[in-house]
Amino acid sequence: MSSHYTPSIYDVSVDSTKCRLCGRCIENCSYDVFRRSEEKILTYPNNCVVCHRCVAYCPANAIKIKKVSTPYRYHPIWNEEVREDIYNQARTGKVILGGMGNVRKYPPIFDRLVLDACQITNPSIDPLREPMETRVYLGKKPKKLEFSGSGDDVELKTELAPNLKLETPIMIAHMSYGAVSLNTQLSFAKAASNLGTFMGTGEGGLNQALYDYTDNIIVQVASGRFGVNPDYINRGSAIEIKIGQGAKPGIGGHLPGEKVNKFISETRMIPEGTDAISPAPHHDIYSIEDLAQLVRGLKEATDWKKPVFVKIAAVHNSAAIAAGIARADADGVVVDGFRGGTGAAPKVLRDHVGIPIEAAIASIDQKLRDHGIRNEVSVIASGGIRNSADVTKAIALGADAVYIGTAALISLGCRVCGKCYTGLCPWGISSQKQELVDRLDPEVGARQVQNLIEAWTHELKELMGAAGINSIESLRGNRDRLRGYMLDSNLLDILDVKTVGA
Amino acid sequence: MRIRSKETSSVLIDAEGLDYRRLNKKVREAVADGKVKILISNVLGQRFIGDGIDKNIEINLTGTAGGDLGAFMDGPFIYLNGNAEHAVGNTMSSGRIVIHGNAGDCLGHSMRGGKIFVRGSVGYRVGIHMKQFEENYPTIVIGGKAQSFLGEYMAGGVILVLGLEQDESVDSYVGTGIHGGVIYVAGEVDDTLLGAAAKKEEVDGDDIEVIRGLVKDYNHYFNRKVDVDKMHFTKIVPTSSRPFCNLYTHE
Repeated sequence: MSSHYTPSIYDVSVDSTKCRLCGRCIENCSYDVFRRSEEKILTYPNNCVVCHRCVAYCPANAIKIKKVSTPYRYHPIWNEEVREDIYNQARTGKVILGGMGNVRKYPPIFDRLVLDACQITNPSIDPLREPMETRVYLGKKPKKLEFSGSGDDVELKTELAPNLKLETPIMIAHMSYGAVSLNTQLSFAKAASNLGTFMGTGEGGLNQALYDYTDNIIVQVASGRFGVNPDYINRGSAIEIKIGQGAKPGIGGHLPGEKVNKFISETRMIPEGTDAISPAPHHDIYSIEDLAQLVRGLKEATDWKKPVFVKIAAVHNSAAIAAGIARADADGVVVDGFRGGTGAAPKVLRDHVGIPIEAAIASIDQKLRDHGIRNEVSVIASGGIRNSADVTKAIALGADAVYIGTAALISLGCRVCGKCYTGLCPWGISSQKQELVDRLDPEVGARQVQNLIEAWTHELKELMGAAGINSIESLRGNRDRLRGYMLDSNLLDILDVKTVGA
Repeated sequence: MRIRSKETSSVLIDAEGLDYRRLNKKVREAVADGKVKILISNVLGQRFIGDGIDKNIEINLTGTAGGDLGAFMDGPFIYLNGNAEHAVGNTMSSGRIVIHGNAGDCLGHSMRGGKIFVRGSVGYRVGIHMKQFEENYPTIVIGGKAQSFLGEYMAGGVILVLGLEQDESVDSYVGTGIHGGVIYVAGEVDDTLLGAAAKKEEVDGDDIEVIRGLVKDYNHYFNRKVDVDKMHFTKIVPTSSRPFCNLYTHE
């Protein structure tokens, strides 16, 4: 033990001159940081995950959490993280698992892209007083429209594929019941329904509590096929086949048995307490032809009335894969960048596998255009979309819409502590124990998510207006309205974006 | 394309020259029309027959069925006089599929209920990730041989392989990643053929009764006389319901 001891990172102290011994810190902390001894609150800072629950609920403002660091000798290569991982693995011999997304300091490309605005030669638009179109339709678009008849008696001959109608290009990403709590999913469902956008179920089935919101729900079919039956696929507004996710490209999922309680077991349709394992690949899909078979199988089962999307992690050859997906009868490609979040992923995959979403969007959009099949699929981008600027830049790079996951969780109060897999989330966001889940009121949660998406949509309109653009249609793939700042020429080529000043 | 009604409750569809979309549309229309027995002749590789149908109807096929026969279905009884391609009964919820021939890979993929009987042999990864929940208990019975990775990731239900007229019943990696359910294989299964997380157990009287019930159905469907009492079986089960829970440490 002692040779592998790693010093505590946080110090938690209770100011005894302020403390009223009300015990709320003890009640609220699900990580056992506080205990009462006689007339004093003792703290165990090693357990602290900095979720801020105690600080938020202390009526006397008596709790202080500080970052403390016991220094190691400075070394640029053998830094603290490297050393502590080795101590951990020398002690356990196991794979290191972590929650939330990539923690490495890869510079976000979004931060090196700047948007355009109008000055004199083309007028900007004021979105408060002039029409601004943020509606988006996701799904196949016909190459051309054919009509019969003439004059006033014209009829559309072209058969249109089913599309999803979004009032804003921002959707809420797939987070399964199991990975997150039912109240989190309910918050998302209510918000999506009020906003006229969509949320995803993730691979955890569809709990009955969400049945009233299915006009705004996309159901997921992943490799474990949890909760998938004819009722499930017919209830969703669209179906998403999950091949991979940005936080852990190339591997499957694993909901630990500890989290599989009675309700999760019913929704996933597996026995209580067993591990819910999603294999790495879909074993009925080893090729684009096989993918087409699953896409068409789902369409046959739903009478070709639902759009089917295919989600992949952004990896080296995503563009070619996306072109294959477009040819497999899918209606949308969802691409999830390497900053995408997760309940739990092996750290080494989370931090080192996959590519940034910005490059993936640009190369996919370009490849689909080159093949003349951009109209066959919508492109939905996700993985590290942090604000309305990221949304706007993602669309300008070529996305039709985005999914937000981590940002939506943060709007519920998530502190990004990265401990979702413990099932102990003190905010009721990822926990499954009823007394913790009850801490999240779905009505309040829905309002917060809705506020966030409304605010971002408003900012999106402001950014579009400043650039003299009045519809998402005109922003999509409009890379001339982006410039790269301190990006190398190779990346500028991939993004098809000019440098600042050009 | 001809449709002839023998009686009001049944319909015959000639699949010759029909692609899968037109054929399955006919099937769905017949179901919507209240038909309880659908006979389809001249099936030649059309996929998705019976896909997603949630009525307790009978579908009787002659020919060679394409992939995903009975996928996502919840109720129908499909009887196929011929061979089937891969992913038979993919993610099916309930119903029965009886195949009077051989079938391809991934038969019973993620199946969560119902029964599949195959007279002959099957391909790779059969019964992969089949799972049980409460009254839903998927069952697969194979008359001939099953190729490698039988019952991979299996999370529930039962697979029986009879190995009739075969040198061996199964190939390598049997039950690899299994964490629920049981596999019965006629004859000995060498330890080297077992996958990770799978182990052998003694077959007891209760097991023999389960096997006897399944073989009775097999004999009935295929008009055979397989005698359980003259056979020896190996039982393969998971080493644990949580085979991978000790792989991880945390940040």
